[in-house]
Amino acid sequence: MADGEAAVSARGGLAGWRRHVDPATLSAFGCIVVLLLVGSVYSRSFLSPEYLLQQLKVASFLGVIATGMMIVILLGQIDLSVPWVVAVGGMMATAATGWGPLGVALAIPIGIACGVGLGLVNGLGVAFLRLPSMVVTLAVNAVAQGLMVVHTGGFSPQDASSPAMRFIATGHSVLGIPNALLVWAAVGAAAVFLLTRTTFGRTVYAIGNRERAAYLSGARTRTVVMAAFALSGGLAAFGGVLLAGYASKAAQAMGDPYLLPAIAAVVLGGTSILGGRGSYLGTVAGVILITLLQSILSVMQMEEFGRHVIYGVVIVAMLLVYGRGPRHSD
Amino acid sequence: MNSDWPYRLREHRGTLLALLAFVAMFAIYVANHPVGLNANVATTAANKGVLLAIVAMAQTLVVLTSGIDLSVGMVMVLANCLASAIVVGSPAATALGTLAVLGTGLLCGAINGAIVIYGRLQPIVTTIATGAVFYGAALALRRVPGGDVNASLAEALTGQLPGISVPASLLLLVVLVLVVWLPFRHSATGRAAYAVGSSELAAYMSGVPIRRAKFVAYLLSGLLASIAGLFLTCVTYSGEASAANGNTYTLYSIAAVVLGGVSLFGGSGSAIGAIFGALMFRTIGDLLFVFNLDPLWQPLFQGVVLAAAVCLGAVRLLRVRNRLDLYG
Repeated sequence: MADGEAAVSARGGLAGWRRHVDPATLSAFGCIVVLLLVGSVYSRSFLSPEYLLQQLKVASFLGVIATGMMIVILLGQIDLSVPWVVAVGGMMATAATGWGPLGVALAIPIGIACGVGLGLVNGLGVAFLRLPSMVVTLAVNAVAQGLMVVHTGGFSPQDASSPAMRFIATGHSVLGIPNALLVWAAVGAAAVFLLTRTTFGRTVYAIGNRERAAYLSGARTRTVVMAAFALSGGLAAFGGVLLAGYASKAAQAMGDPYLLPAIAAVVLGGTSILGGRGSYLGTVAGVILITLLQSILSVMQMEEFGRHVIYGVVIVAMLLVYGRGPRHSD
Repeated sequence: MNSDWPYRLREHRGTLLALLAFVAMFAIYVANHPVGLNANVATTAANKGVLLAIVAMAQTLVVLTSGIDLSVGMVMVLANCLASAIVVGSPAATALGTLAVLGTGLLCGAINGAIVIYGRLQPIVTTIATGAVFYGAALALRRVPGGDVNASLAEALTGQLPGISVPASLLLLVVLVLVVWLPFRHSATGRAAYAVGSSELAAYMSGVPIRRAKFVAYLLSGLLASIAGLFLTCVTYSGEASAANGNTYTLYSIAAVVLGGVSLFGGSGSAIGAIFGALMFRTIGDLLFVFNLDPLWQPLFQGVVLAAAVCLGAVRLLRVRNRLDLYG
């Protein structure tokens, strides 16, 4: 995440820094500061290191899921299968834990692999069948839900997470930094490297800008689209594995609260929903912003309905400030 | 005058295919139903189908302009919660309450339209965010499920027509088509909506009233979604702020639109096709019951049917002559 971005911009010098930090990212970080100030009015402990680390830990789950969503959005597509892919990741990982010692050891890879599989189906529909990603991913979401209902109802699998899952989600390593945060940092650094230093990343941006031009330039657009959706599926499932570790168990609706925040975090971070534009630093800012907003609303003891209303209004308001489209789009 | 029928046939191909598929599925359903087609079976099936059909009509209007409304389900839930509180009491109070519910739907549509058109935000993000706001409002009205609805209104909308044993909800659907869809389709604004969906740039260059077309589409979408919410209240006699319900109806409305031959890229299809798509989708769900399958398999079955229907959209690949046509 941030350290990866810093390394990139250090190499690029001042010009690189200015290229990577667009006004949207700055506004998002500005909003984070404002939220922290507002929060500190309500509670003194809001600015304490323990509280902030706790927030970053909670943000890591959303951060991992939003990373995959960002790659897909950069293509100019969207992944609406996140809710049940998250659930598939968590539930298959815990189910594997019940298969004996080998299952316990392989629980995390199995959960992620299931997500990659569903992501590949998404990619197949978008890249080869040329269907709108919105309906393909909705259909895959429905199929994943059906599979999980049959899976839990017919086989009553184990739903408790393995020690390794609990360790990466709730444990602490060096200097009391939560492991979940280290996981997000690793995922984020890999995403920054992938997006800014590899052919894959440049092709993702190129497809997002104009798929036709990317295709005519000889870019392997179909492979890249497939890979992007597979990454998104795998990261969503990994988020599910982390969430199952955090809650010590997997549940059917565990992914539902993560679709809207993931899209909102990416878009609030300045990534264009039409694709081709956006930086990972912005997504980091968006994820922290969304997590802090949710936290402050609960600290203020806002009722649930108020939380939904404020949440929606804030997203629309912030996008109206810096996320508007061109005057006459073609 | 009669020589243009091949073109008319082509224009309505999606609608006609949806109609044929629905008739075939409904025939299978009735033939295998243990009781057969009597008035009660028809009324129950019609009430479930019409509810989704109205939401699908709402979705169609926005999809035609190449937008998407992911808040239709939440507008329906909001209207449901509001109706369970104010569509009660004397006939005058009920009428006033109904108007208020429809007005709320129009307001929701106007908010979506204003943000998309004047705020220049993408429809998908906008309607996800406004959907959260509408759901919050619904939750404020109904923290726990409950409420009531005027029984005679509910009976009139969900029962059978007096004299003949035809479900009253079908009449409601026909009235909505005649009063909302057909006037829209044949107005200058409706044609503008199709033009915007086909190519916004070309429509703009031709001086088509883009903003009015889009705004009216979102407005009517909100109105139809609130009518669906009112109808839901009449079916259940209560209001419930259920996020799962709202999301399910949004998802199913997109499925119905796709099954009904409406292009998700905009500019082609009709709300009548979407209605048959919705009725077809409901019949598919009910087919499981007449064949005595384990209800556990129903979500998977519906998901697979949805995926298969979505894949039908890939048939257009067979007509592509130049591979470049695939990349817009």
